[in-house]
Amino acid sequence: MNKNIINIKGLKCEIEGKEILKGIDLQINKGEIHAIMGPNGSGKSTLSSVLAGKDEYEVTSGSVDYLGKDLLDLSPEERSWEGVFLAFQYPVEIPGVSNVNFLRTALNERNKYKRLDPVSAKNFLAMVKEKSALVGLDNKLKNRSVNEGFSGGEKKRNEIFQMAMLEPTLSILDETDSGLDIDALRIVSNGVNQLKSNENATLVITHYQRLLDYIVPDFVHVLYDGKIVRTGGKELALELEEKGYDWIKEELAV
Amino acid sequence: MAYTEGDLKKDLENKEYEFGFVTDIESDKAPNGLNESIVRFISEKKNEPDWLLDYRLKAFKIWSNMIEPEWAHVKYEKPKFQDISYYSAPKQKKELANLDEVDPELRKTMDKLGISMEEQKRLSGVAVDFVMDSVSVATSFKEKLGELGIIFCSFSEAVQNHPELVKKYMGSVVPATDNFYAALNAAVFSDGSFCYIPKGVSCPMELSTYFRINDSGTGQFERTLVVADKGSYVSYLEGCTAPQRDENQLHAAVVELIALDDAEIKYSTVQNWYPGDKQGKGGVFNFVTKRGLCHERSKISWTQVETGSAVTWKYPSCILKGDNAVGEFYSVAVTNNHQQADTGTKMIHIGKNTKSTIISKGISAGFSQNSYRGLVRIGKGADKARNFSQCDSLLMTDRCGAHTFPYIECENSTAQIEHEATTSKIGEDQIFYCLQRGISEEKAISLIVNGYAKEVLNQLPMEFAVEAQKLLEISLEGSVG
Repeated sequence: MNKNIINIKGLKCEIEGKEILKGIDLQINKGEIHAIMGPNGSGKSTLSSVLAGKDEYEVTSGSVDYLGKDLLDLSPEERSWEGVFLAFQYPVEIPGVSNVNFLRTALNERNKYKRLDPVSAKNFLAMVKEKSALVGLDNKLKNRSVNEGFSGGEKKRNEIFQMAMLEPTLSILDETDSGLDIDALRIVSNGVNQLKSNENATLVITHYQRLLDYIVPDFVHVLYDGKIVRTGGKELALELEEKGYDWIKEELAV
Repeated sequence: MAYTEGDLKKDLENKEYEFGFVTDIESDKAPNGLNESIVRFISEKKNEPDWLLDYRLKAFKIWSNMIEPEWAHVKYEKPKFQDISYYSAPKQKKELANLDEVDPELRKTMDKLGISMEEQKRLSGVAVDFVMDSVSVATSFKEKLGELGIIFCSFSEAVQNHPELVKKYMGSVVPATDNFYAALNAAVFSDGSFCYIPKGVSCPMELSTYFRINDSGTGQFERTLVVADKGSYVSYLEGCTAPQRDENQLHAAVVELIALDDAEIKYSTVQNWYPGDKQGKGGVFNFVTKRGLCHERSKISWTQVETGSAVTWKYPSCILKGDNAVGEFYSVAVTNNHQQADTGTKMIHIGKNTKSTIISKGISAGFSQNSYRGLVRIGKGADKARNFSQCDSLLMTDRCGAHTFPYIECENSTAQIEHEATTSKIGEDQIFYCLQRGISEEKAISLIVNGYAKEVLNQLPMEFAVEAQKLLEISLEGSVG
């Protein structure tokens, strides 16, 4: 059986004529957690945006195979329906739209795509109850407008709550640790770990090693200037933490 | 194959205005033009008493000496008043005893509009008066309401059967001298709805009027008069559609509400007149005067969802005459393509402790222009009057316009007036966030817009809130840019 979830080959992309990703190769299998680390401006968030299908980036070459499909050929919503989830670095506020209404719409749109019946009110509420407990999301936040007036920590918890509700195959966490205090970090990581299974995979994008104490990766990749310049186990993250990114830069300059 | 933007565009062009059908029925139509004999013709057709003919003739004189107003923030070619037919009635051979006798073609129209009478009766308990072109066609539920002493009928019937009520209240809130279009309406109005709720009665169902312009080259001039006697309550809804036509059609209605002491009137409008095509050709000119008079401790609440019409010019207002009266105005006005809307309200505080709330949500898309125009006036005697106004504008593109013209006149220093306003543009990042969660662009826009307009939509009766949400969706499809 094919263990592969996503296979990125030679991916290059640019925005307004400026090349950001300069040939990414990355393969993620079922049950794996991968971390991508790198200094500011190395292209980490661009990679997550391209995988989610944000149209301001133009892919100039390379391919992305996702469960046997050409990911780049799918619209952002189709990618979502096929199980790609992006936890945003800066979750967006949608005034007047309740969190639960938003999620129910999302679930039903996906069910429609998969030719399934809409989720019943009873099952939906049971699911909300179960999944919100996972990230300790305050009850009143579920009925509030999407992310409106949420604290930074609440927004990130809400992202993981949405992830739990949508049960993705590939989750991309874009700097989910930014803006989190240590308690929130623990809760969010705990949620991510509980959602891990042998059938899905997680791509964690982060700046700091701190998050990786809680979400332990199988592989760590260092992204620098649009390329993955080093791959290793979790000890690579520790090495980076100790030596900083300059070490990599210097080594590459040699 | 993937569904491309091109496919979407094609789909949208095809489903644009789903009420654009024409009903093929013979009509009884007055020759084009307006003069004293046409006024007499209409009055005679309707078998009206002399006092009403006199009222019309006086109004016609007043109108003849008036000039069409130009202060609104809209541009359009003025209607040629001599090219319009002022009376058009679906031809019917005899008086109708019940709904089953309505012309089958007309019944089909009603079904297309989704107001199958049986359905309405059974499911929602809404009483419907249906006005096509100029004449009220059918009023359902009359008997049941009659048991409570509630009168709900066409305006013409009211003139015949309840002349004392009509005579007493007609023109008492919007006199013929009020403005150009109100004067025109007073001279040539053809039909409309009349409603009277007796003392202390709470009307057990929503009352609803459905207006439709069908014939070409006609204007629709209906009058609605709602009188809520002391301590009574009524919730009233009007819906409007028109077929797709290249020429502009004129709709100049007058709505008068009277809430006597301790009464409450909730008046909701879902307006979906034909807005014209993508290039701005055709569409309805919607020049409407709506006003309510509040006596002591009474309340009038206007809720409107405006998505149609090429040009809208409309200010549902409240005169808070009695002490402790309450006026409310909740509005969502959507303009797309080349539509223009100049809409808002007037809250005139005369009594003490009067209170008013204005929530206006404008949504502009395409090349449209959307203006809020409102007046809050606190009179000398209106001690401790309070007003809260909130005017928000949402822009969908960078070629449309949103304008706010709030006027405040205060002659009493104990009054409290608050005004808040915001303007925002629908965000690409909001849409992408929805897309990433598997919510398609169309659904995302509808979700965001409905969220934005929620405070107003929440004021609508349940059944109509759903209809209004769908309308918003249809009106704004493919409009982000």
